[in-house]
Amino acid sequence: MPIHEKSLIRPENLKVHDKLEVDGIDVSGHWSTFIEDRIVSDYNEALEEEIAALPGGEYIHRCWQCGSCTNSCTVHALNEDFNPRYWIYLIRTGMESELLRDKDIIWQCVSCNKCTYACPRDVEPEGVMKATAHWLELKGHTPKSHSTLFDEIFTEQVLKTGKIEDGRTMRRFFSRTGQGMLQGWVVALFKGLMKHLPISLLSKMGLASVVAPRTRGWGKAKQAIEEYIEDQESQHRQALGLDELVAMAEQEMSNPAVTGKN
Amino acid sequence: MSDKKTKYQEVAYYPGCALEGSGHAYNRSTREVGKALGLKLKEVENWNCCGAMEVKNIDPKIQTYLSSRVLSIAANEMDMDVVMAPCNGCYHNLKKAEYDLEKDAKSVAVVDKLSRKAGHDSYQAGQVETIHALDWIKQTIGEEGLKERVKNSLDGMKIANYYGCMYTRPRHIFPEKDQGPGSESTSKPHFMDDLLDAAGAESVDFPLKTACCGGAHTLSDSDTSTRLVLNILQTAEAAGAEVIATECPTCHSGLEMHQIRAEKTLGVKTGVKILYFTQLLGMALGLKPKKVGVHENISDSISYLKEKGLA
Repeated sequence: MPIHEKSLIRPENLKVHDKLEVDGIDVSGHWSTFIEDRIVSDYNEALEEEIAALPGGEYIHRCWQCGSCTNSCTVHALNEDFNPRYWIYLIRTGMESELLRDKDIIWQCVSCNKCTYACPRDVEPEGVMKATAHWLELKGHTPKSHSTLFDEIFTEQVLKTGKIEDGRTMRRFFSRTGQGMLQGWVVALFKGLMKHLPISLLSKMGLASVVAPRTRGWGKAKQAIEEYIEDQESQHRQALGLDELVAMAEQEMSNPAVTGKN
Repeated sequence: MSDKKTKYQEVAYYPGCALEGSGHAYNRSTREVGKALGLKLKEVENWNCCGAMEVKNIDPKIQTYLSSRVLSIAANEMDMDVVMAPCNGCYHNLKKAEYDLEKDAKSVAVVDKLSRKAGHDSYQAGQVETIHALDWIKQTIGEEGLKERVKNSLDGMKIANYYGCMYTRPRHIFPEKDQGPGSESTSKPHFMDDLLDAAGAESVDFPLKTACCGGAHTLSDSDTSTRLVLNILQTAEAAGAEVIATECPTCHSGLEMHQIRAEKTLGVKTGVKILYFTQLLGMALGLKPKKVGVHENISDSISYLKEKGLA
């Protein structure tokens, strides 16, 4: 088996014994630190294909592991655990359980495209980050992130009217994520606006959020896009084997031996 | 160069959603600057959202279709050769649609199918040229033309020019950039510096011209955005800037919102002013601050502008 990169020295792998004797020799304390689990055995051999089947993940196979993406990454500069190069490596070697250790931060990619700019192999790592975040949600490893919720609210509105009215999008986002509109900084922001805007414009803005801007004759485009999305979603479910997973789960549930029903 | 000068005199104008909402000041100032310079804008008829970052995240090909519809209207219904988009997000998406429709057969198939179902002509790559408001002014009026037209010089104003992400990245969707002298650079863009310097300002050496403000997650990951914005604000101040000039409504509101948020949540106050480059150019051309929508900005720069003799 090839030796794969895996960070072995982690707090949960270390065992410190207060009192341990081996062959009559006391090896307590720091000397008795053992590292567990040196062997990787839980590969998901389909992982790379699953990511590649989602939008943005198409070019992951091109990666050379040069690290230009991580080196240029905006979010990596704030949090060194945010490591696109490493995640691409884990995906390509099928190390799903290792990837899942970072599942709660992958969605934080800000799409600045510095990685895609720097990548010498046209992997488009920004797309891979989006595909991976999407994969985590589809597989049920993470709940929908705030970013995904925002994308959905935004897209719903574009589909409905053809256009976006940002005040409405913002209010829906705050309400769907259970955040109050009256957070201190949001209030300060509106106070700043109120100070200078003439009343007429403010009321116009208020009106814009009641009467959403619309593209005329948008109905047919809306329908065409919705049909396309439905088709894509079923393809993604198939690529990730989600329908089989659901069927298996349903079978388990209906099995009297498991549920304890008669 | 001169063919662009003629070609860009009258362009199809795609303001996009943000410029009708939070970025209204950019819309107002772009139109006013065009008027003051004698350039014509014909708004794209019955336009729709370009798809922004959000629809791309749901499915990139829908974003390509949405952007292609805008290009199709400009080309097929208005018979225009050039679409000008001041918003970096719109500009980027129209450019990306152009690139995808030229290079990727799958994108062409999706756009053809959706356009047919939606009942309009599908856009063919190469029908129109997409440009940014910076290209528009730089190529038609240029530095020399601006110098002649300046009424209130921005003399003594120290500006950090902030271009953001979407104006230059990824490089491959901007084939006209990085083509040597006269063209825009993707690593060190300078069109905004050139124009504002011509209007009398002093552009400071600003290392974060193309840094990210976290605009994609302004609301969904506010803490990250605040840290990114604060870095930009503080670096601009350290470089000696009194003003950050912007060219994107998402960057602009991101800088304004997180300047307030940094003060409220981290207790870090920064004093640098945030203005659209079109607002600065407009005032240099003799327009009053109100005319270019300075009162529509969240941040307050009136007392600073008074100090500089512009208000």
